[in-house]
Amino acid sequence: MGSLSTTRILVVALGVAVLAALLPFWVNVYILGLLTVAYYSGVFAMAWDLLFGFANEVNFGPTFLIGTGAYTAGILDSLYQPPIWLCVIAGTLAAVVGGVVLALPALRVRGPYFGLTTLVAVLMLQNFIVVDAHLTGGENGLTVPDVISISDTVNYEIALWFMAVSGVILFSLSRSPVGLILQASGQDAVQAGALGFNVTKHKLTAFIISAFFSGLAGALLVFYVGSASVSTLVDITVGVQIIIAAVLGGRRTILGAVLGAVFLVAMSEALRPLGDLSNFVVFALALGVVLFFPNGFFGFLTRTKEGA
Amino acid sequence: MSTAERGAHLEVAGLTKRFGGLVAVKGMTLAVEAGKILGLIGPNGSGKSTVMKLIMGIERPDAGSVRIDGVEVAGWPSHRIARMGAGIVFQHSRPLHRQTVLENIKLALLPDKLTRLIADPQTDERARAIAARVGLSGVLDRRPGTLPFADLRKIEIAKAIARDPKVLLIDEPFAGLTPKETAAFSDLICELRDDGRAVLLVDHNVKSVARLVDRVIAMYVGERIAEGSADEVMRNETVRRVYLGGAIETTARPESSFRDAATPFLEVEKISVNYGKAQALQDVSIHVHAGEFVSVVGLNGAGKTTLFNTISGLLPYAGDIRREGGTLRGRSAASIARGGIVQCPEGRELFTDMTVRENLDLGGQHLPPAACAEQISWLFELFPILRERQRQAAGTLSGGEQQMLSIARALMMKPKLLMLDEPTLGLAPVILEQISKALERLRQSTSITVLLVEQNVTFALPHADRVYVLEHARIVWEGGPAKFAAEMGTGYL
Repeated sequence: MGSLSTTRILVVALGVAVLAALLPFWVNVYILGLLTVAYYSGVFAMAWDLLFGFANEVNFGPTFLIGTGAYTAGILDSLYQPPIWLCVIAGTLAAVVGGVVLALPALRVRGPYFGLTTLVAVLMLQNFIVVDAHLTGGENGLTVPDVISISDTVNYEIALWFMAVSGVILFSLSRSPVGLILQASGQDAVQAGALGFNVTKHKLTAFIISAFFSGLAGALLVFYVGSASVSTLVDITVGVQIIIAAVLGGRRTILGAVLGAVFLVAMSEALRPLGDLSNFVVFALALGVVLFFPNGFFGFLTRTKEGA
Repeated sequence: MSTAERGAHLEVAGLTKRFGGLVAVKGMTLAVEAGKILGLIGPNGSGKSTVMKLIMGIERPDAGSVRIDGVEVAGWPSHRIARMGAGIVFQHSRPLHRQTVLENIKLALLPDKLTRLIADPQTDERARAIAARVGLSGVLDRRPGTLPFADLRKIEIAKAIARDPKVLLIDEPFAGLTPKETAAFSDLICELRDDGRAVLLVDHNVKSVARLVDRVIAMYVGERIAEGSADEVMRNETVRRVYLGGAIETTARPESSFRDAATPFLEVEKISVNYGKAQALQDVSIHVHAGEFVSVVGLNGAGKTTLFNTISGLLPYAGDIRREGGTLRGRSAASIARGGIVQCPEGRELFTDMTVRENLDLGGQHLPPAACAEQISWLFELFPILRERQRQAAGTLSGGEQQMLSIARALMMKPKLLMLDEPTLGLAPVILEQISKALERLRQSTSITVLLVEQNVTFALPHADRVYVLEHARIVWEGGPAKFAAEMGTGYL
């Protein structure tokens, strides 16, 4: 039979979120901190999957959008100390504007060039941050004067419910008529055009939505950590981690990206005794999943149920 | 605009499209009225599919006009032309594979809006009605991947009619369908015409669409060569010459004259190849003697290229292929090619950014430098134009020159058996003649063995010692070229 209904998947996912909300009663502060970061990564990965899985555009620069949002919010706070929510809104808007500026020319080119354009955008942002050190803190990173909360539990719950709400929105969108058109545009732009759909408009919208959630999550993350740095928010390897999380979780599933992000954090923690080797093991594992389970965790889970 | 054309839903005038140096469509003019069917026919590479893409806005015309209900749409993006009332049924089905048949049809019913987050409740009902009309009611909840080929075609047509187009373009409506499916599909097309739509059928042959069309336009190398009723076009002298050639002079050598009569150089024995559900080759047996020139004639989709790819070791197959008595099964494509069975692919596949000389050097990179130079100078005698063009990038050559380069590059490998896949594709008659002459010289001056697949009979027959006819994945005829025109000719109009 057909795929599991959207409502059923959402009910299960929200059930899991409620259980996760109870975790602060059980686990220690250290693990809460890891999960908080994992949840923000989950949003990054979900936003990326909307582009890769549905619009069929490989964005190698998720960190361009994240970094733009995070640094805008952080710089604004360090310069003028407005209320945090204002900084977060400004960061999100900056990411959306940055996304449009990047996507408009990038969507005109075909095939691998879109990916290359996004890759170059990351390098440019990274370079700008390093060079403009008086504003951005340069290689030392930017410390912001404010944080959302000093309570680990509050921070954890904010991250969790932010991720849950983002997940519901992105997942519902992906399963809506708009998501269907986006998927058609991604898979066969010629045919989608012949059916009367403006492919560029749909892809650009997907990029804007992806930029919105990336920027918002990036800005919130800054006010959780209390600082922003190239190595945690902008560097290419950060982007690669997000891509791996989304692919591990399952392409075109949106929610799978969260599983992937949590898995990556859990793995690198579990493998910590291996030292520098731990990353190698995680990447090798990711390679194995991509080669042998291209549908990822989420695809694997839902397929088993469909088979019944 | 004349009075007769005023009611036309689709009018095309002076439509022209160039791809680099190649003029694919040259001043094409046609009109289809509401409630009529026009057939647009032409051999491979004649530009008929390009005409369709130009009308739909998938390619931008360089000149000319396309009017739908009197509105000029030439140069518009595809989605706007679709909204003006044009719809297209692609030859290859391209459904969304993760969605069900019903969802695929619903997609076509959605408005191009970003705000429509919940589908109109009527969408479901309308999608089911359309599915019922094209005969998909029984498979609504299935995924496209689990359906037979004919049903995939029905999904395509369902999507096209979901938008209620005034002008419907259908590319090769019956390719790959059984006679029974073809009949059902024809009835459906007639119904759509009776709804008052203007229908344009694009196909290779008059014969396949003759029963449906009100009028036919025949194209050849980008230009219109005939227009009229199906009968008139079939009787037209130019059309007959394009498809069948004039009086064909053949110089066939009898099969017994080849020394390896007992064990031919290449023996293909009862091979079958499947692409998923579609059978591309079925129990095909052919043989080629050393030094012989054999042509395999067949229309698009008959399985010609599949046959070559199978011999080249690129596809899994049932049956056996032997070279000089030894089986080729289990040998890699590279080893088969190094052994001297070299394929010159359709579409040429040149390295377009490299020069002519570099392309040739690449073909001869396994030869010692002296032999390589010798081979090149011999090829320059065979194709003098390539000597002049040595330093030019292959992509800047004309279609005919590219074809010569492609053949020359294959010859750099000093093949024992050269397999030519539709060398005439998209070439003007005069160029065709040059290639034809080069092949003749090749045949007379060397002991090379050639296996040619073609749908252009004019080109395939003169050089051939023997001819096979491939139809719907099977060999249906074998004989000398002289007998071909008499026994098989009418099928190729």
